[in-house]
Amino acid sequence: MTAQALTIRVNDKTHRVLAEVNRTLLELLREDLGMTGTKHGCQLGECGACTVLVDGNPVLACLVLAVQVEERTVITIEGLSTNGTPHRLQAAFADAGAAQCGYCTPGMILSAAALLDEEPQPSPERIQEALAGNLCRCTGYNKILEAVGVAASGSAD
Amino acid sequence: MGGPHTVVGKPLPRVDAMSQTTGQLVYADDLARPGMLIGRQLRSTQAHALIVSIDSSRAQALPGVRAVITGSDLPITYGILPVSQDETALAVGRVRHVGEPVAAVAADDAETADRALELIQVVYEPLDEVVTIEEALDHTRPLIHGDSSGQNVHRAAALEFGDVEEGMAVANHVREDVFWFAGNTHAALETHCALAEFDADHKLTLWSSTQVPHYLHRTLEKVLEIPATRIRVIATPSGGGFGGKTDPFSHEVVAAKLSMLTGHPVKITLSREEVFYAHRGRHPVLMWIKTGFQSDGEITAMHFKSFLDGGAYSSYGIASLYYTGALQTTTYRIPNYRFEGVRVFTNKPPCGPKRGHGTPQPRFAVECQLDKAAEELGLSPITIRKRNLVEPFTTTVNHLRITTCALDECITKVAEASDFSTKHGQLPVGQGIGLAVGAYMSGAGLPIYWNDMPQSEVEVKVDRGGGVTVFSMAADVGQGSTTVLATVVAEVLGLKPADLTMVTADTDLTPVDLGSYSSRVTFMAGNAALEAATKVRSRIVDAVAVKFEVATDDLVVADGQIAVRGDQSSGVTWPEAVRLAVAAAGPLIESGSYRAPDLAGPYKGAGVGISPAYSYSACIAQVACDAATGMVEVEQVWIAHDIGKAINPLLVEGQIEGSVYMGLGEALFEEQAFRGGLHRGPSLLDYKIPTSLEMTPVEVFLVESIDPEGPFGAKEVGQGPLLPVIPAIANAVYDALGLRIDEVPITPDKVIAATRAKAKGRPGRFGPTAAPEFLFPTLTRVEAPQEFAAP
Repeated sequence: MTAQALTIRVNDKTHRVLAEVNRTLLELLREDLGMTGTKHGCQLGECGACTVLVDGNPVLACLVLAVQVEERTVITIEGLSTNGTPHRLQAAFADAGAAQCGYCTPGMILSAAALLDEEPQPSPERIQEALAGNLCRCTGYNKILEAVGVAASGSAD
Repeated sequence: MGGPHTVVGKPLPRVDAMSQTTGQLVYADDLARPGMLIGRQLRSTQAHALIVSIDSSRAQALPGVRAVITGSDLPITYGILPVSQDETALAVGRVRHVGEPVAAVAADDAETADRALELIQVVYEPLDEVVTIEEALDHTRPLIHGDSSGQNVHRAAALEFGDVEEGMAVANHVREDVFWFAGNTHAALETHCALAEFDADHKLTLWSSTQVPHYLHRTLEKVLEIPATRIRVIATPSGGGFGGKTDPFSHEVVAAKLSMLTGHPVKITLSREEVFYAHRGRHPVLMWIKTGFQSDGEITAMHFKSFLDGGAYSSYGIASLYYTGALQTTTYRIPNYRFEGVRVFTNKPPCGPKRGHGTPQPRFAVECQLDKAAEELGLSPITIRKRNLVEPFTTTVNHLRITTCALDECITKVAEASDFSTKHGQLPVGQGIGLAVGAYMSGAGLPIYWNDMPQSEVEVKVDRGGGVTVFSMAADVGQGSTTVLATVVAEVLGLKPADLTMVTADTDLTPVDLGSYSSRVTFMAGNAALEAATKVRSRIVDAVAVKFEVATDDLVVADGQIAVRGDQSSGVTWPEAVRLAVAAAGPLIESGSYRAPDLAGPYKGAGVGISPAYSYSACIAQVACDAATGMVEVEQVWIAHDIGKAINPLLVEGQIEGSVYMGLGEALFEEQAFRGGLHRGPSLLDYKIPTSLEMTPVEVFLVESIDPEGPFGAKEVGQGPLLPVIPAIANAVYDALGLRIDEVPITPDKVIAATRAKAKGRPGRFGPTAAPEFLFPTLTRVEAPQEFAAP
């Protein structure tokens, strides 16, 4: 397989990496950059656990090749906190009991972050729809939807 | 323990909540070790075949491949239950299901490992497949475990308590029904993963997403033939278990063996497809149930038969079999009860324990039949249930000791909240409401292997800075066991849960807890933690009492202080008190333990179903159904749960909502479906689990019965609330459409078939009509316990 030199911005840091052309963004993040906060649940685009933001849009890192994010900006769960202060979604998820095993949580939070960036005050139905691509097997979603609602209303601050 | 409490009963976040939400929590597959190799397993393409030959020479020769192993490298059998050790890590001579591991490789990287698998040539000689329960009972089929033909029976049981014939004879009304519960699977978001490191000093460390580090430790000792003292198992934070990580697994043994052979750490992470083959999920069960009633709804006798499709190996199967017959008596007083059950082997991935282990299937049958009987007797679903409720502090006819039971109050809560009596039978066509109840164990009364030792041990160590470290082998699989144990210890010591350091699930560092299964951790490890913390508290209080020259009873331990009652300013801080205690009597390290009382009745099989306490749940579901499309939508669920005492109500609610969610998926669409021996869709695209769009609003009620033996009165919550959800939905579908779908999942095709049958004048029903012919063993007749007084 051919390797290609890439420049990728991940969480405000520029990485220059040599990646095989068939390397997925998920593999690049987890195995080459050691950023294991992004999870894999299926590697077939079914579960949403590997959701990251590329130029602000939620994408499934298992279905995106590393070469496709050349010169683009990637935000992972590790990049959501600011100087050690957690994002309001991270605090709201913790307080609401929206994470049980926690495995879907990073992807879930990034999908929610993309939603709130686009639509700061989404309706409950809109939240439900925006998170429909992220599977959770523990919580039954209700506490997740509640946490996103709390974060949107700003009362988590 | 009566309260008021400072942290027990408070809806505090998990102690690891911020690690979870920031992505810092390290799961098994997040680990990497220097020089680590990647392991992969070659899996059978055949459902049932002899292995004629395996040629791995080309794989061995591939650059980057460090080892290739087959069944002959790991010939020792194992299995979770000591009585049924019928698995090998890699198939020996024969494969019994598609996806069974046949060979394994360790290579420098995943790509090389995958290429090596393609180079391994396995020659199979196919045998006839045995796929269904009927085929398994067909005498002409080949034996899956054996060399001849015959019935593929794993185990059969036949027990009678009281006198069922007599009970049926006095009944005014007798019903027979047949139900089918399709198999389904856990589908935890994290796929299984194990990382093994056999170091230069010949010590093996295995990190695994297991729920049962202690049992895994014992399996590795047996299969690898190295002493337990040289094996360390660390259960990593688990990305979901639900019973799916409760067996010792092939990939765990194989990773260890490959590390021993190569001298490198080896990691094996299962693909999503492989998880469907590793399985151990809900058994498909066919059930026949005959119950006698008086005209007022009182149950006079029950005869229950179950036929379990076990898949290719034993797993927990003997326990699963008995569980399908054990807990019927825990909700309703059944004076005469017969259970006959059989578990068969088929050429499919092995079934095992999934949330509720063997009890959701019979609960579905019992609760649906009770609704049918109520209608025939002109009783409401509430009346027939309340007529038969077990009383607290009684013993069932099959010798199960019941302590607290607030099922009556649970039913009342959900009935009132949902306005059930007004709605039932009165909603417009297409809308319906249904009720069901359930009960579950707060931990299995006996360990999996027979021994006299505690089932849970906890140590609490306090350092001179006041730092408290709690050591427990209990594995947090998302249920929040670590937070529960921290809360128990913090309450006793007057601290905050988040202040404690929790060291868990490590066989080198932590004292034994049997594992996160059978909803045992809060009750058992919680009691052990309570004892250890109470001993620490005594030593602290003794030392401070000497210093202040007061009686120990005059001291209050709270808010990080030890003070004389009524004079908060008199106190010493927690770290000062710790130093006083260490100066007085040496290192401040204490331990506690728990072993369930001896509860087993006087019969073989009595070990299954006993528990120090049972949780109770009542659930009402309201549905909207479309007879034309067959679609069922659950619009609202009300559920009340007798938790004993909610140590952390936020976590308890989470378990209940999660149980409703999982029950909803099982009721409406989840199924491990096969075409012959081939899984129809081993992926999350084909195996549908509910998304946020299918989930329903849930109103949760916690009922606190304060169990006398539970820590702070607590009982279980992780599994019980799932049980009533499925029959509540089925009963609601009947209320909506007048159709009995006696089969789960209740998929649109079944609803449509029942609609069409009804339109043609046949019964508006979908489901099995008869149980297979099977000669059960001679009944073992067991006298009812002396405490089981006649009504």
